[in-house]
Amino acid sequence: MTSFVKPRIARKNAPVNALGLQRQDYDGSMSTLCAGCGHDSVTAAMATAFYELAIEPYKAVKVSGIGCSSKTTAYFLKEAHGANTVHGRMPSFATGAMAANAALTYIGVSGDGDSLSIGIGQMLHAMRRNANMVYVLENNGVYGLTKGQFSASADIGSTAKKGAVNEQPPLDPCIMALAAGATFVARSFSGDRKQLVPLIKAGLKHKGFAIIDVISPCVSFNDHKGSTKSYAHTYKYYHKAVHADYVPPSAEIMTNYEAGEVMPVELHDGGRILLKKLDPDYDPKSQAAAFSKIMASKDAKQILTGLLYLDETKEDMATQNNLSDRPLNQIPYSELNPGPEALKELQAGWK
Amino acid sequence: MNEVMSAGVNDFVIKIGTVNGTGSASANELLMKTIFRMGVPVVGKNIFPSNIQGLPTWYEIRVTGEGYAGRSGDVHLMVAMNPESYERDLAELSPGGVLLYDSTWPRPHFMSRSDITVIGVPLSSMCNDAFEVARSRILMKNMAYVGACAALLDLDVDIIHGLVDGMFEKKQKLIPANRQAVALGFDYVKKNYETPLPFRVKALNKTKGKIMVDGNTAAGLGCVYAGATFGSWYPITPSTSLMDGFANYCAQLRVHPETGENLYCIIQAEDELAAAGMAMGAAWNGARAFTPTSGAGISLMSEFIGFAYYSEVGLVYFDIQRVGPSTGMPTRTQQCDINLTAYASHGDTKHIVVYPANPSECFTMAADAFDLAERFQTPVFFLSDLDIGMNDWMVDELEWDKNYIPDRGKIMSSDQLKEIKQFERYLDIDGDHIPYRTLPGTDPKGAFFLRGSGHNKHGKYTEISEEYQEVVDRLILKWKSAADFVPQPIVTKAKQKAPYGIIAIGSSDGAVKEACDKLANEGIHLDYMRLRAFPFPQSVEDFIMSHEKVFVIEQNRDAQLMNLLIAETEVLKSSLVSIKYYAGQPLGYRFVHQALTDELAKLSQQRKSA
Repeated sequence: MTSFVKPRIARKNAPVNALGLQRQDYDGSMSTLCAGCGHDSVTAAMATAFYELAIEPYKAVKVSGIGCSSKTTAYFLKEAHGANTVHGRMPSFATGAMAANAALTYIGVSGDGDSLSIGIGQMLHAMRRNANMVYVLENNGVYGLTKGQFSASADIGSTAKKGAVNEQPPLDPCIMALAAGATFVARSFSGDRKQLVPLIKAGLKHKGFAIIDVISPCVSFNDHKGSTKSYAHTYKYYHKAVHADYVPPSAEIMTNYEAGEVMPVELHDGGRILLKKLDPDYDPKSQAAAFSKIMASKDAKQILTGLLYLDETKEDMATQNNLSDRPLNQIPYSELNPGPEALKELQAGWK
Repeated sequence: MNEVMSAGVNDFVIKIGTVNGTGSASANELLMKTIFRMGVPVVGKNIFPSNIQGLPTWYEIRVTGEGYAGRSGDVHLMVAMNPESYERDLAELSPGGVLLYDSTWPRPHFMSRSDITVIGVPLSSMCNDAFEVARSRILMKNMAYVGACAALLDLDVDIIHGLVDGMFEKKQKLIPANRQAVALGFDYVKKNYETPLPFRVKALNKTKGKIMVDGNTAAGLGCVYAGATFGSWYPITPSTSLMDGFANYCAQLRVHPETGENLYCIIQAEDELAAAGMAMGAAWNGARAFTPTSGAGISLMSEFIGFAYYSEVGLVYFDIQRVGPSTGMPTRTQQCDINLTAYASHGDTKHIVVYPANPSECFTMAADAFDLAERFQTPVFFLSDLDIGMNDWMVDELEWDKNYIPDRGKIMSSDQLKEIKQFERYLDIDGDHIPYRTLPGTDPKGAFFLRGSGHNKHGKYTEISEEYQEVVDRLILKWKSAADFVPQPIVTKAKQKAPYGIIAIGSSDGAVKEACDKLANEGIHLDYMRLRAFPFPQSVEDFIMSHEKVFVIEQNRDAQLMNLLIAETEVLKSSLVSIKYYAGQPLGYRFVHQALTDELAKLSQQRKSA
């Protein structure tokens, strides 16, 4: 992954967050993706989400697999450790990292190639475990680095740049996430910062696995007429179902929403996610409703977006494993070593 | 009674052939434990099928007053309980041996061999008369053959009773029936046959301070004592019991006494690829992490292994070898992953491998493996096998050095980071080829990007030839320098100056030592070096060069260890002679003795004709 150091030029009077940090303190090295790539907008949204939540950059961990999207972990939070792992295997690496220290904030970045083909098993199993992370799937329907092959999210009838037509049905990460037991299922668009930033914030604060499928067009290989993952196509069929906002524990709910339309969901940290239903008859806390709504939107040729499903009641992986608040990597050996006396006792049965 | 040439008091082999899934395992353990508690050393080998119920299975107990650790290759008392395997069992019995069978049904063909003695005991009919429930009749038949053996071999019935009481400590009401079943077999044999047999057990005092344990349990316990906090795994024979051991001891010893919280985390992964990824992620994040598997799992993990090697993350892979290639024979033993573990993954990769030889070393080398992995920031393989891992071995009681401190290697703390201008992940500051690492969440200055793509010594992405090469050149120096830190070879010198030597690893040790003793009695003296790790220290090359010929004894078809010695030392290929056994049973001394005798004869012939 190529990366250049981005010069940091301090701005006078730039706004700061609760830690006194400026937005640019959440940047990373310079992107080497193509000009206009949807992924760069997503990178900016991720950095903004961390900035607005005032998470110390070095208390975050960034993980990714292989591909254009996976490169982007170098382009934000330069003070955070990052791991650019192997193709499709980021979820397992992240799972182990989370077990070693559940106290940090984990964000994974992947793409449709990395997640829906080679990595489909690991992604679904991380969802089953309800590993506490945000998983941003930058979805453009195409393999970019290898120059334009269809990915598993390409729609039937969508054409490649050179004219080939995709005949296989697409895998929808949101449908699969619902089936695998994910507790936070969202879809968004790299071109809609207003929707995306609050979604990432809500996902970061959700205690469990949060998947955000972000339509993020590939300007080099999949932004042509006939592609169903182009900017033009996405704008045309974009449909917002549920808007989500994160409200920190101390803040009062200040909202313009009409009473009855807003559904607050209490989080583990005392904060809340406010769900604003743009479709009045949709209940995002119902798995069945989310299923049928997403399936119906396909027939209606809509790209259904927003926080499509949320369940705050399931225990996350660390809780299921009865882990302490003290990270495993900080427990002194004196507490881990049973000692020679215990060894004598437990060998009695071997005599 | 025929004379049994190869057997004597406290020197014989019992083999029990039963049907898998009929509960014979506890009866066999009872038999072996009784002899062990009579102070007589034993070797137990479970020869079992890849099956849950129905296929033939055997348990072999070698009684060895001399305290040898390997198999002999003989069978002196065959307890043939399985009609399916009668033919094989009959054929395998050594001349002069005794065959015990269930005479409820007549088996005239047993009389086809005139060089053995056949003892019939109507086990089924006795148990059917004595016990009501069908399932318990099957189980009691097992206890009855223990009683029959006890009469034939002069076992201490009080010890049997004590062990039966212990077995059913939590189900006391089953004790009388089990004791009764033992008595049925015992009394019938006493009444109808002349006892004891010429080969039998005579109490000694040679098991004091010893334990009987399998290598996987000991390795799992070793992980607890080494301070491992994270284990990920995918079930695979024959490694599963290692994680079972770790889990059991963690549940006993690693739960916080006040909060009840776990000071460990075990995750059963969706496959070996994920197990390898999880262990690596945990290790990168500062936990002592491991994953147990077998060769098939290492194949699947190879991608992550190369990533860990190149990005310098230290973790331990336990490979409990089974017979390959492919699915192979999952319940049989081999040393067939020597090559695989030395070089696992694509590109230039070389690893540190430790070779434990018995459960005692499984316990101590688990800690060695973690220390090496973290010190050298690299994958370390713990290469055990099914024989070591799943069979009960008699070893000295385990001890733990109370002064042990885990070697976590070079981890830069927040305070250290404040002292330096800039943190650079792959810089060799100390001149020992080992860079410093930092843990996520420690300090804003400590961040680095872990990547499997080309990187320079500063930890940055590179495609510049010199920068790439500088890093991989340091990696090989780092690997070589580990030779002085790994468990060193153990040399058993012959009593006389020996022109020839032997090299072996792991579970071959018992058979090799015994073969050496037998040869020494015949006037042939051989020095023996048991390797305990890769990379090979200088002493290995020196040992080979100081002998005219060295026999490399190993349990695989392709002479993997010999080829590794040729590739990784300066020795001449012609100085090594390969002796291989790869049929899947634990190695016996008779095979080694015969092979060495044959090879020595060939050498002597060559010398004469030269």
